[in-house]
Amino acid sequence: MNSAVDAPSQNELDEFRGQVAAWLKDNKPADPGFLLPQTFMEVGSDQQLDFLREWQYKLWSAGYLGMAWPKEYGGQGVPAVFQVIADAEMRRAAVPIAFNVIGLGWAGPLILHRGTEEEKQKYLKNILSAEDIWCQGFSEPDHGSDLGNVQTRAVRDGDEYVINGTKIWTTMGNYAKYMILLARTNPEAERKYDGLSFFLSPMQVDGIDPRPIQKLTGEYGFTETFFTDARIPASCLMGEEGEGWKIAMQTLQYERGAEAGAAGGLMQVRVVIDDVIECLKGVTRDGQPLLEDPVIRDELVKLMIEEKAQGLSNRRAGIPALTSDYPFSLNLSGKLRSSEYARRMRKLAVAAQGAHGGLYVGDGNALDAGFWQRAYLNNFSTTIGGGTSQIQANIVGEHVLGLPK
Amino acid sequence: MSNALSFSDEQAMILDSAREFCREKSPVSAVRALLDSEHGYDPGTWEEMVALGWPSLAIPEEFGGAGLGFGSIVPIAESMGRALLSTPLFSTTLAAQAILRAGQSAHKEQWLPQLAAGTPATLALLDGGDWGAPTTHCAARRDGDNIVLEGEKWFVADAGVAQLFVAWCELQGESALLLVNRDQLAADAIQPHTLLDETKRAARVSFNGVSVPAAQLLDGAGANAVLRDLGLLGALLVAAEATGSTGACLDTVVDYLKTRKQFGQLIGSYQALKHPTVEMLCQLDSARSLIYHAATLLDETEATGELDTDTEIACRMAKAQAVEALTFAGDRAVQFHGGMGFTYECDAQLYIRRAQYAQQQFGDAWHHRKRLAALLLDAA
Repeated sequence: MNSAVDAPSQNELDEFRGQVAAWLKDNKPADPGFLLPQTFMEVGSDQQLDFLREWQYKLWSAGYLGMAWPKEYGGQGVPAVFQVIADAEMRRAAVPIAFNVIGLGWAGPLILHRGTEEEKQKYLKNILSAEDIWCQGFSEPDHGSDLGNVQTRAVRDGDEYVINGTKIWTTMGNYAKYMILLARTNPEAERKYDGLSFFLSPMQVDGIDPRPIQKLTGEYGFTETFFTDARIPASCLMGEEGEGWKIAMQTLQYERGAEAGAAGGLMQVRVVIDDVIECLKGVTRDGQPLLEDPVIRDELVKLMIEEKAQGLSNRRAGIPALTSDYPFSLNLSGKLRSSEYARRMRKLAVAAQGAHGGLYVGDGNALDAGFWQRAYLNNFSTTIGGGTSQIQANIVGEHVLGLPK
Repeated sequence: MSNALSFSDEQAMILDSAREFCREKSPVSAVRALLDSEHGYDPGTWEEMVALGWPSLAIPEEFGGAGLGFGSIVPIAESMGRALLSTPLFSTTLAAQAILRAGQSAHKEQWLPQLAAGTPATLALLDGGDWGAPTTHCAARRDGDNIVLEGEKWFVADAGVAQLFVAWCELQGESALLLVNRDQLAADAIQPHTLLDETKRAARVSFNGVSVPAAQLLDGAGANAVLRDLGLLGALLVAAEATGSTGACLDTVVDYLKTRKQFGQLIGSYQALKHPTVEMLCQLDSARSLIYHAATLLDETEATGELDTDTEIACRMAKAQAVEALTFAGDRAVQFHGGMGFTYECDAQLYIRRAQYAQQQFGDAWHHRKRLAALLLDAA
């Protein structure tokens, strides 16, 4: 995107890093007194929404979000490496997430790369400033993550499309102003993928009804979104009819971060085994510190080995001579390994607390305000969403090991 | 904690040629043909390995070696593990490390060129079955210009062919490492163990009454630190070998799952078999990342320097992970082969036997995790 710009010097980058770090130090929000979402899929209250909206606005106003996007659309027009550095510093400073993730990481880069000038003007800046929240309408109740089977219908009627169907797991569907929507315009298409089209759909329209889903944590964050003869302008269609699958797949590419075109900012609060250990420091068992208990120590070290191996495997994935045995193994198993590791780590973090493990968010005596209990339950969104671990294992078994379907 | 992992073109070439060599020299038929042989390896293959310079890789150039650093053995050990190829390479390599790290220059000048040229040597460490024993009962006392030993060592790898033993003993209340030549042992000193892993050879070695010149004593003062480092290097070699064996075990399972039909279906289509097989792959991937991480750190360390904490962590994690991976894979390999898996003829037996044997060499997974806990949880 910025191929015309000269590569910045190491000095410039170092100076920039210092500058971001200093700004974050001065501007990191104080603990609001309520638990903040760890991911954008956990924004369940107005209180949390207002807080995160203000933070994202502040981040953008300071010039640390959408840095690689052009100036005329609210960005800074600098090479993506600056955003990568800013993100790394945000991670280090453990600041809250930039919560408008579908806008920043999916819809935004998509519009930037293939939207019309009018669309760029209309949407991009407000994605960065958190003025407009975006959601995603891909998954459907009966099809899980099998996107090729999307059944929601879009029928052209004059200057409008009429939408009927149901989407599920719409993150912040109740707060969003726009949705990237995958719907079927041609049920007769020979290949099911060719019947799909992609829309930048408004949400505040008669016939669109996002109903919050209460998660197993007791909180909200997703909606099931019902479309009943909802009429949206025909101009919402992105590309041509029948290009929906291609555009949806392009959208998923941006997840890989700022260098792939995403605006940047933290998508989730990173939690590591050291955080678990920190939480367990005050816990006792049999009158002795828990962290001196040999059984617990063994369990913790197993997780530490796994966490270390995950990080190293990310590096090894970039070394062809050490990946040729089972090509794509590390890439295809990445989600399975990391989400299952995260689940086991959080599970232990709750189980090892002693009687405190039975307390929940809202109890003043809960360790870390119940963070681990909630984090464990919420983590199932990663082992289920985007293709369950069992589906992931099938994919790895079939595509990496060549096992029969 | 370090997250270094790099692999040079030179290492990639070593890996490639080692893979090819081991595949060619050690098909399963050759492995099986050696199972009941006296020394467990083919001398011709060993000679070729010597000609390729493998025993010399981690020995400095001034002593007739290639001076590549210990990390360069890792791709070789992995490749040998993949082909279940046994030779005295690991024993000899570790004995050379003992001399390199604890010996005076006379020891190095006398022995390292010989070891680099393929004279087999080995470590004699254990009194019994405890890799974590803090002291040894093998007693050494001075007798004029000689040192006299009383004690027996167990699980001495490749003792049957070793021309030199590096024995851990206690001298005047301190740990010490003593060189003992083959011809200084009694005629019946070496009593082979019957090992679970039939591709391996190890023996009980009696040092009772053995008397050697005091000049064969390696540097006494640093013996404990050197013993720790030898334990870590040994653990890493076993880890690398086990990682290779896990890959071979996985391939054996996958082949069977792709060809065996039951109830009209290829059994690999059943998720009850497919998913644990994917778990084998994931465990293998973790082990591989950890052994090459340890190799990277070792190549960054001075050849004779004491191993730092990051390297210790890396070796221990590699060993714990690699043997857990192989134990899981071997165990499931037997089960997934059904009735065939219960037979001696099925190759799954080779892997499960190796798994349980490798688990024990240089400390099992609990041994290493216990020490990791002290390093990782008690530091602050």
